[in-house]
Amino acid sequence: MSAIALLRVAMRSLAANKLRSALTMLGIVIGVAAVIVMLAVGAGARARVEEQIRSLGSNLLLVVSGATTAGGVRLGFGSNPTLTEEDAAAITREVPGALAAPALRGSAQIVWGNQNWSTAVFGVTPDYFEVREWPLAAGRPFDAADMAGAAKVCLLGQTVVRQLFGGADPLDQVIRVRRVPCTVIGVLEAKGQSLMGTDQDDLVLMPISTARKRVLGAPAQARQRSVGTIWVRVGEGRDMKQVEEEVRALLRQRHRLQPGQDDDFSIRNLEEVAAAQEASSRVLALLLAAVASVSLVVGGIGIMNIMLVSVTERTREIGLRRAVGARTRDILGQFLVEAVTLSLIGGLAGIALGVGAALAVGHIAGWRILFAPEAIALAAVFAGAVGVFFGWYPARRAARLDPVEALRFE
Amino acid sequence: MSAALVRTRDLAKIYRVGGAAGGVEIRALDGVSVEVARGEFTAVMGPSGSGKSTFMNLVGCLDRPTSGGYWLDGRDVAALSDDELAALRNRTIGFVFQNFNLLGRASALENVELPLVYAGVRARERRRRALEMLERVGLAERAAHLPAQLSGGQQQRVAIARALVMRPLLVLADEPTGALDSHTSLEIMALLQSLNREGLTVLLVTHEPEVARFARRILRFRDGRVIADEANARVGDAARLLAAHGEPA
Repeated sequence: MSAIALLRVAMRSLAANKLRSALTMLGIVIGVAAVIVMLAVGAGARARVEEQIRSLGSNLLLVVSGATTAGGVRLGFGSNPTLTEEDAAAITREVPGALAAPALRGSAQIVWGNQNWSTAVFGVTPDYFEVREWPLAAGRPFDAADMAGAAKVCLLGQTVVRQLFGGADPLDQVIRVRRVPCTVIGVLEAKGQSLMGTDQDDLVLMPISTARKRVLGAPAQARQRSVGTIWVRVGEGRDMKQVEEEVRALLRQRHRLQPGQDDDFSIRNLEEVAAAQEASSRVLALLLAAVASVSLVVGGIGIMNIMLVSVTERTREIGLRRAVGARTRDILGQFLVEAVTLSLIGGLAGIALGVGAALAVGHIAGWRILFAPEAIALAAVFAGAVGVFFGWYPARRAARLDPVEALRFE
Repeated sequence: MSAALVRTRDLAKIYRVGGAAGGVEIRALDGVSVEVARGEFTAVMGPSGSGKSTFMNLVGCLDRPTSGGYWLDGRDVAALSDDELAALRNRTIGFVFQNFNLLGRASALENVELPLVYAGVRARERRRRALEMLERVGLAERAAHLPAQLSGGQQQRVAIARALVMRPLLVLADEPTGALDSHTSLEIMALLQSLNREGLTVLLVTHEPEVARFARRILRFRDGRVIADEANARVGDAARLLAAHGEPA
């Protein structure tokens, strides 16, 4: 019997019991839909994390200065500026493959014309652009001369440009940062959200000397040359963990910490943070995979059940087909094709439902959704495989019916 | 070569009922040796349980004997595999059943096409041959009808067309008139007689003498054995009887 003939027989038989066929497919529909949603959400989450790692700059360590305790109130990392510009220089000098860039953070109201905006101000060194892998969209970075002279120059992130200038060209304009006039010499490229969900483009960069002496003022001068954070780029071919330990040892030595004494700084490996985030999205995907597999198994059992009913109902038909010349494998094929047709139609409906549900989830939860064609093909193949697996037993039972008994069946 | 179309020797079918140890043996068929030549019209008669159905199942290659031999058109059927038996049924034997056994969701034409489907005949050729057969049984204009839209007699004619569409050597008719009224029964018998006159070998199972009288030879079964094998001295002519009675009111 040809494939088309088998398919026509299967479709006719399924169409004869439309409601029954539809209900039987439901388990497969839900299972396949769950697979689609799972893969789409998983791929979206992975793509988002990868993009964030890229935007942070890969192979990055972030050293944050320690916490102060004032009258029993612990103020968190960065409140006690234990790190200095010299620490950063020492890391670059003494840890092979490491390039360190100190950053002094403050916040400021910035004004241009009649516009104003509150943003973060970072005092950094020229190395900062290389360490963060942050190219400029326009203008130039500041240089050693700007650093030495504490020049009143700054670079703007994309968000600041949008908020302060709208459509205007910010280059060579003078903005006021805490009343200090600064010339905009460059604009940074957009980086997007950080892993913690903050806008990395909402900032102003200026030479660390300028920030310390002219803009951020008194609190940052509490200790000469202290900084809140040091970014460390780890060179190709060096192990992150190894470099982290070397930086830790170096800083402990420089800060004269005794063995057993806690670090007065902390080191964060940003890839580990990203990996943790990815792991949490993987848990979600795993949960969906469990739902999907349970649903597919239940759906498959449903198909098996209905196929067994169908074989019983059509015992006489089977007997007749055997009498007019059907071989056992013709009967096997007929019922197998029917089961697979059932599961494949359910699979296609499940793909449609899954794509719709994934889009809805992405829209409501604000997650990125990514459909891979091979994932959809995989779901369809899986549905077909369920049909073969669970259709096999009923089909074999039909094929093994004794023709004499089958023809006599009432 | 004048080999018989159907030849059986000591054909037996024994069922065991109950446990393997203390079970009861039922000899449904107990040593039947029969020969049927090409072109014969033979009626197999006997009360229920006489073994005539078992005999027909064996002759139809639907079942295998417990012992004894069976040669169909000179071929030893015992030596054939299940698939070869299926092919043999498909090409050599046409079945007609008491309850027609048509596929309810398929049209008359598709029902007649069914054996051609399993013979691997292409769609266009299938259609042509099935239509030709429907025409032969006088139902060409009903080709698209579903069985439920046909009368009992028409359904049985569709079933006969299906039995003939592969041009078999032998037609096995198992109580073909059992579900029909007497007038329609005459029509069916007239059709079978006319097919037989064209050379088709017909083996008819019935328990009704008024059906068996149209056969030229009568085999009587009882308790799994042939108790009589006789020529029918006065073969009825169904077509003439039909004409004499005319259409029913």
